[in-house]
Amino acid sequence: MAADVKPFIGSKASPHQESEADELRKEHLMLDPMPRDEMNQMVMEAMTTTTRNWWAWVIGLGLAVAVLLFGVWGYMIATGMGVAGIRRPVFWGIFIVTFVFWIGISHAGTFVSAILRVFKAEFRRPFTRAAELMTTFGLAAGALYPLIHLGRVWVFYWMVPYPNARWLWPNFRSALVWDFLAITTYLLSSTIYLFLPLIPDMAMARDRSTGWRHFIYKLLALGWRGTEAEWFRLRKAISIFAFAIIPVMFSVHTIVSWDFAVSMVSGWQSSIFGPYFIIGAILSGVSAVVTILYILRSTMKHMDYFIRKEHFDALGKLILIFSMAWAYFFFNEYILAWYGGDAALKQVLTLHATGPSAWVWYTMLICNVAIPWLFLWNKKVRRTPWLMFIITILVNVGMYAERYTIIPLTLGHQRSPFDWGIYNPTIIEVSIALGTLCLFIFLYLIASRIIPLVPIWEVQEGQMSHTLRKVGKTEIPSVTELE
Amino acid sequence: MTELLAKEAQDEKWGMVIDLDICSGCQACVTACSMENNIPFVGEDEMAYGRGMQWMRIRRYWEGEYPEVTPDHQPMLCQQCGSAPCEPVCPVFATLHSEVEKINLQVYNRCIGTRYCANNCPYHARTFNWFDYEIPAPMNSYLNPDVTVRRRGVMEKCTFCVQRIVKGRQQASAEGREIEDGDVTPACAQACPTDAITFGNLSDPESRVSKMVRSDRAYKELENLGTEPRVTYLKGGKSYGG
Repeated sequence: MAADVKPFIGSKASPHQESEADELRKEHLMLDPMPRDEMNQMVMEAMTTTTRNWWAWVIGLGLAVAVLLFGVWGYMIATGMGVAGIRRPVFWGIFIVTFVFWIGISHAGTFVSAILRVFKAEFRRPFTRAAELMTTFGLAAGALYPLIHLGRVWVFYWMVPYPNARWLWPNFRSALVWDFLAITTYLLSSTIYLFLPLIPDMAMARDRSTGWRHFIYKLLALGWRGTEAEWFRLRKAISIFAFAIIPVMFSVHTIVSWDFAVSMVSGWQSSIFGPYFIIGAILSGVSAVVTILYILRSTMKHMDYFIRKEHFDALGKLILIFSMAWAYFFFNEYILAWYGGDAALKQVLTLHATGPSAWVWYTMLICNVAIPWLFLWNKKVRRTPWLMFIITILVNVGMYAERYTIIPLTLGHQRSPFDWGIYNPTIIEVSIALGTLCLFIFLYLIASRIIPLVPIWEVQEGQMSHTLRKVGKTEIPSVTELE
Repeated sequence: MTELLAKEAQDEKWGMVIDLDICSGCQACVTACSMENNIPFVGEDEMAYGRGMQWMRIRRYWEGEYPEVTPDHQPMLCQQCGSAPCEPVCPVFATLHSEVEKINLQVYNRCIGTRYCANNCPYHARTFNWFDYEIPAPMNSYLNPDVTVRRRGVMEKCTFCVQRIVKGRQQASAEGREIEDGDVTPACAQACPTDAITFGNLSDPESRVSKMVRSDRAYKELENLGTEPRVTYLKGGKSYGG
């Protein structure tokens, strides 16, 4: 990184032009530079400040994870799956619903970061890491479910291809094995993708900390010094991962959808489930990023400098587009079923809208389609963080309802009416689902005080490449191509 | 001897025919199956919630408008599909095809309880051990020593009384002959008071089941899904007395 670049500010500008430039600076983080050391200190301070409130949340959530998740899960292992509400014909319930929900959220985190990086969307700079962390912890929460929902979790490792005396391998024809491999692939690649841009920030933190923090950062910085060769290699590696992780995300979430799509269940067996699930995952994931950004902005020190209204605005547009794409796939499912004329499928889809659990279906449509379409076209709404917070939470409620509709509600009304059945979640299942939510927030809270949530070097790099330049009498922002 | 066994193995393809026109829905087959296969009783509440463990169930449908209704019974059990949807989805090969009997096996010891097979079964023929079901004394004495007692967390289903098939084959080979029609009778067929259930070898064109399969009343449940069921139902409607 070269020496600090002073932004161009017209010294003899008229008051009118000055205020225009000020407005631009207020609006865009990239045009509002700050001395590098000051910014480093801000991030260090945000990271090291732990309030009484923070400790209360960490302890409360830690207890909740211990009781709601691990305590209840232990009880279920000791008693049997029967404490959950699943029954014939609904053999998968809340566990798999929450599994798909978390996997969807986590897949979108890295995807959002990678796709914005690849397309050089400059507004991405301050929040890529927050999105990537969401991936890691979303996977940590979601990857528990393939274990939780097993009838005999103590022999889970039979799903792993390992050499054994019986010469038995997992069944590679099973979508569950593909799923297992896909999630492992994604966990590994997204963790590396999270770690690579973290290295220079770790070095920054190493140089500004003492004690145990210094020790951790020293380890994680891998001896980073900031030489030209190191930057060159880092950029290359990040670029490779950003490009590679996009197809990985597509394939991995398609495979998750194949858990359902390759089956014989009417309403699951569908060739559009791959893209349908991907769009759904991105919709819920981008929404979750906004939710998290709002919380970070309102609880952490100095975050209102990094996370601005422009970011909510930009992400709000993305949510609107993905909500429309999601609606297209939803409509597609119905129109193809109608055109195909399969009686069982028609029955399933009709019962979604008219059956005893139709309110789930309506919740899904209201939250995923009506609310984004009614509100997000409006720039004022997109630029009001607390409104965006509420809307994005509702979108995720809608996406949860979508998975609920797809899994237990579809299983409950298959081809033989004698075997129709309604599924009632029990307190055990709800508790475990809440437990993983607590686990996610807990991990995020801890991480927010250990690693810099803002990729500082990327912000600084962005601020260096952005300047206000005078063209004629007006000042316009200009971007220099760095890579 | 080994050659004989190998030849028999090649020739076996077990199948069942259920004549719905003479089935009275008495549930004797359900009871017999439960006794033969050590199926636990789950209690009234669990049963009502849809967690009955019976491998064979009588599906009852009503025909007509109330009060002019007639009941319609269909014993439903694992169809031992030739191309079974439950098999490819199991991640650990706990459900797989037997090469000898050509039926679907469930390996209880291998099952880890993902329950995917049960979701994917269009006949809902599979039952899951939601708990460890206690069999109170003295009823534990009725347990059939030829059949594994299952623990919690594993899937199970009708096996076409594979223990009886094995016994029948051993009996035949001990007597130095090939296995014949009538050597093997599963518990449900044995208990049926109207003789609505017939069991036998489908690869023998002269066996009773093979002849009945060729009946013009024969149909297979959800055959259009391509599952190739080994259970054939006979239903002719009113003119046959149905």
